[in-house]
Amino acid sequence: MHLQLTVNGNPREVDGAWEGESLLYVLRERLGLPGSKNACEQGECGSCSVYLDGVLVCSCLVLAAQAAGRDVVTVEGLAENGELHPIQKDFVEAGAVQCGFCTPGLIVATHELLARNPRPTDPEIREALAGNLCRCTGYEKILDAVRAAAVRNSRA
Amino acid sequence: MFPSRFDYSAPDSLDEALATLGQRADETKVLAGGQSLIPLLKLRFAAPATLVDINRIPGLDVLEESNGHLRIGTLARHNQLAADSLVGRRYPTIASAAPQIADPLVRNLGTIGGSLAHGDPAGDWGSVMLALNAEVVVRGPTGERRIPIDDFLVDIFTTSLNEDEIVTEVLVPQPEGSFGGAYLKLERKVGDFATVGVAVHLELDGDTIARAGLGLTAVGSRNIKPTNAENALGGNKCSDELFAEAARLAAEAADPVSDVRGPATYKRAVVEAYVKRGLAEARDQARARAGRT
Repeated sequence: MHLQLTVNGNPREVDGAWEGESLLYVLRERLGLPGSKNACEQGECGSCSVYLDGVLVCSCLVLAAQAAGRDVVTVEGLAENGELHPIQKDFVEAGAVQCGFCTPGLIVATHELLARNPRPTDPEIREALAGNLCRCTGYEKILDAVRAAAVRNSRA
Repeated sequence: MFPSRFDYSAPDSLDEALATLGQRADETKVLAGGQSLIPLLKLRFAAPATLVDINRIPGLDVLEESNGHLRIGTLARHNQLAADSLVGRRYPTIASAAPQIADPLVRNLGTIGGSLAHGDPAGDWGSVMLALNAEVVVRGPTGERRIPIDDFLVDIFTTSLNEDEIVTEVLVPQPEGSFGGAYLKLERKVGDFATVGVAVHLELDGDTIARAGLGLTAVGSRNIKPTNAENALGGNKCSDELFAEAARLAAEAADPVSDVRGPATYKRAVVEAYVKRGLAEARDQARARAGRT
């Protein structure tokens, strides 16, 4: 199929994609955007989290054909002018990254949480990130990073 | 991980979807939220020749009260139901269940119609709709039919939906009098299937139970409606003894199997505890509502 969609603000076209491959596959293998990670492929782990028309979804559970004409934002779309997004900096500073595989998904999920709830409570953070699994950190440093991002929000 | 090859169509009307479905109904699957179907396609547990994506059909996500019912469009997402203010005010069992389904990412895409048509005995909506005496509206080549949820759910991954039909709506009777409801779910971790889930709905007239509805998740080959327990409650005054008796009857109706989530005796005990707890919570809500009017 010939696929047209918007990715990180730019119109993109893909030739030769199959309707039944995942949006994640299109992003990584056809558009050269490897930020969204391919782990469980079953919607369990959240490492492929992206925005689809502003809604946080697992890109592994969206078919390529379903993304036609839609607006996709990946972790690559959060940084601006080569500068890490402030949430990415918070993750680095809090030591919330170990192997790094879950990090892009968690960054996008945190971005979505803080966009609708700039000062989340701890239970709200835990709930919002419940679909994003990390096997290294034990989550405490990730919570620290999100809390730091929330505090930064309250100062802004 | 790729699905086996299929033809894909994304019609923008229900008639067109039904026509495509009708061409090879036994080889075609309908794609709603895709949060169960797409994993099944990738694992090749399902290998349809054609996939009909209904997500581009307008109007299938309706959510409104009309003619004595809450109309829930088949494409209403779990998250939409969790956030809706009408649902929050008037349908506590739905409002309680929606945010407990899967995880936030899955709730953003997963739909009520897709979940019910999937027929998973560990699905949460089946129990909620059993407790609420809902009907499933389906459209096929010969028109529309309304199927009581207890007839819709047949067996594991099996419903009475015909191959050439599509679920279009769920109709939930509007609650009367003072009402309350809850969904209690035990899961090993967020996003796991329920170990046990219990849906409760009560309508009170004074302190007399005008209507009681119950539904049980993941303790049988489909969601279970423990009618003996419901009948024991109906027409009687609320009391802890009555709730304990109903809970005992509901546990009797459960038919769990021992598995990685626990032994059958444990799951039955959880049903009993949750029915008791859910009834007390629903009663307290109903009394509070009665106090406000």
